[in-house]
Amino acid sequence: MKLGFSAADEAFRAECADWLQGQMAGEFADIKGITKLTAKPERRREWEQQLAEHGWACIGWPKAWGGRDATLAQQVIFAEEYARADVPGRVNHIGVELAGPTILAFGSDEQKQRFLPGIAAGKTIWCQGFSEPNAGSDLASVRTRARLDGEEWVVNGQKIWTSLAHISDWIFVVTRSEEGSAGPKGLTFLMMNLHQPGIEVRPIRQINGDAEFNETFFTDARCPADSLIGAVGDGWRIAMGLLAFERGVSTLGQQMGFRNELDGIIAAAKANGAAQDPLIRQRIAQAEIGLRLMRYGALRMLSQTDHSAIGGAALTYKIQWASWRRSLGELAMDVLGQAGEVSAHADYEWDMLPNLFLYSRADTIYGGTNQIQRNLIAERGLGMPREPRGQA
Amino acid sequence: MEFAFTAEQQMIGETARSWFAQAATSARTRAAMAGDGMDAALWSGFCRELGLSGVALPEHRSGAGLGLVELAIIAEAAGAQVAAMPLLGHAVVARAIAAGGSDAQQAHWLPRLIGGETLAAAALDAEVTADDDALTGSARLVPHGGNAGLFLVSRTNQAWLVPAGAGVTAHTPVTMDQTRPLATITLNAAAAEPLADSAAALATAQTTGWVVLAAEGLGVAQAALDRTVAYAKDRVQFGRAIGSFQAYKHRLADMMIAIEQARSAVYWAACAMDEGSDEAVLALHAAKSFAADTAFKCAADMIQLHGGIGFTWEHDAHLFFKRARSLQTMMGSGAWHREQVARMVLGDVA
Repeated sequence: MKLGFSAADEAFRAECADWLQGQMAGEFADIKGITKLTAKPERRREWEQQLAEHGWACIGWPKAWGGRDATLAQQVIFAEEYARADVPGRVNHIGVELAGPTILAFGSDEQKQRFLPGIAAGKTIWCQGFSEPNAGSDLASVRTRARLDGEEWVVNGQKIWTSLAHISDWIFVVTRSEEGSAGPKGLTFLMMNLHQPGIEVRPIRQINGDAEFNETFFTDARCPADSLIGAVGDGWRIAMGLLAFERGVSTLGQQMGFRNELDGIIAAAKANGAAQDPLIRQRIAQAEIGLRLMRYGALRMLSQTDHSAIGGAALTYKIQWASWRRSLGELAMDVLGQAGEVSAHADYEWDMLPNLFLYSRADTIYGGTNQIQRNLIAERGLGMPREPRGQA
Repeated sequence: MEFAFTAEQQMIGETARSWFAQAATSARTRAAMAGDGMDAALWSGFCRELGLSGVALPEHRSGAGLGLVELAIIAEAAGAQVAAMPLLGHAVVARAIAAGGSDAQQAHWLPRLIGGETLAAAALDAEVTADDDALTGSARLVPHGGNAGLFLVSRTNQAWLVPAGAGVTAHTPVTMDQTRPLATITLNAAAAEPLADSAAALATAQTTGWVVLAAEGLGVAQAALDRTVAYAKDRVQFGRAIGSFQAYKHRLADMMIAIEQARSAVYWAACAMDEGSDEAVLALHAAKSFAADTAFKCAADMIQLHGGIGFTWEHDAHLFFKRARSLQTMMGSGAWHREQVARMVLGDVA
């Protein structure tokens, strides 16, 4: 067991920090510190390309596909320095962390040639088409239909909660390709170009006034016959394989964002006197402890060498961070007091802490609700009987 | 960076877990509870057969030269069986002597402590007056104080070693956790030798105690969950295993979520201490408060989820519950440890 980083790793950290901080002080100073994923989309695309040009777009990928074959420690360091330098979130997070690794793991050589260079170059932005109005927690009940029409798949249906679809280029879609099938059988995983007449993207305004999510409508949308990953009917296996990549190193970068939020609360509490309230002090300490334990939980999960089973740290990670952050939002408002309920902006826009309070209600819902997480933990982690299924 | 056990650490864990499971049985623990709260054969087996009593002590003093990570692994295994043995006092006192004892004190005491010939207890924050090398006064709530042959006695930042003998009497009141009775030690001009470096000894006593208690808490919590999981699969009501009900399984999931964080906390703190990280003190406060609270939550849930049988003397749930309650208070309550963390992150504003 070893928590410290080697001298070579520390040198790598200095290199990352130097480059990232230089960018945020120079050419990309105008995007430094942006927390909204939807702000300045054109500049955010340019930032993706800048990362790529300097070899930082996908350091965990193999060298052959534009990555650096970075070690786990190096990926951890890059994620931490990225957030520490106040660099805004990646608009191509889904491409780099989910689409790319899925294509690397399950795609054909031809598909790798076709899709990976665009992601590695920061030029094609991806989004995820999983959920539907009637397939939320119960993802296997998707109804979006795909049928082969000669050399093309024709897709009809509706996806929802497609984050950043309005600024993306490509979407991966879980479709029902076998007429009359139900549940996880008969599904096919397709990759589709969003820029076509058969696809319409409509933003959904959220609790905080922003619109990061969308509804995506498919009306005779088309893609070539070889756009599927895996085989026809293999969609569920590919989708589940993709979701496993969500527990990757990028979680550590996300935690640095949480660090900024907690630091904001600490600063506000010191400024307005809330820091003298013993109950607030206990809650700030709890939040600090929770954040540290999240980091070490993630390091434990990433250090796991036996990947045949999901370890306890990995299985509990989602509900852990989501619940922590939702509580953090509540703490933020208790620290700010009523002053936190008025905005200095002309529109319905919120600074970091009130926005945290509103936005964090989504954390315990998307990516598997807390209720679904508890089912998964009890069933997969503790061997409890599975929930009974109704008739489809 | 690799936050996982080495092969050697895994082996120590497997050895310790199987040894405690076999030796520290419910029947033997209950015999100790009916007696003086210590399973003497268990302790002598731990020191002499298992040979793990020197784990975080220097090799040139008969120790194994390993660190707090390995000590935590052992304390976790002991906690999982609520073993009735004085590991806490042993580890605290022996490591305090190693850190702050003179060469002669180390050479004299450490081999005896490691070999199990002398049993030590820590009487910290005692109310004593010192007259040359004689201490008079008392110390309350000394874990396994009634069994000890050597006491580490402290008053503010002074520390002495006091062997049991003339002028030393121990009284053990009925203690809620009968696997670790809390004694009152009375000193009447008892012969005491000051430790060469009291500050170093006491700092080590404190950090060692926090690591042992936090790791025990982790063991308690995990065992409470494991036993409840077994019961949930076995017990049938309404024609179904009770673990198939969401109200039940979600509570088990919450136990596991807390335990995984407690596990990160304990080994982060132990490893940060071993590496001399500047996060170590914060990590210790985090680990002690979080692991003890998790132990209590899981032991309390163990009783609730077992229903009536969990409330009986016959079932082991109350052993876990009482140990967990004791862990929460011993060497600083959760609120006190969290306040230390608050001071670190908020600075001096209160």
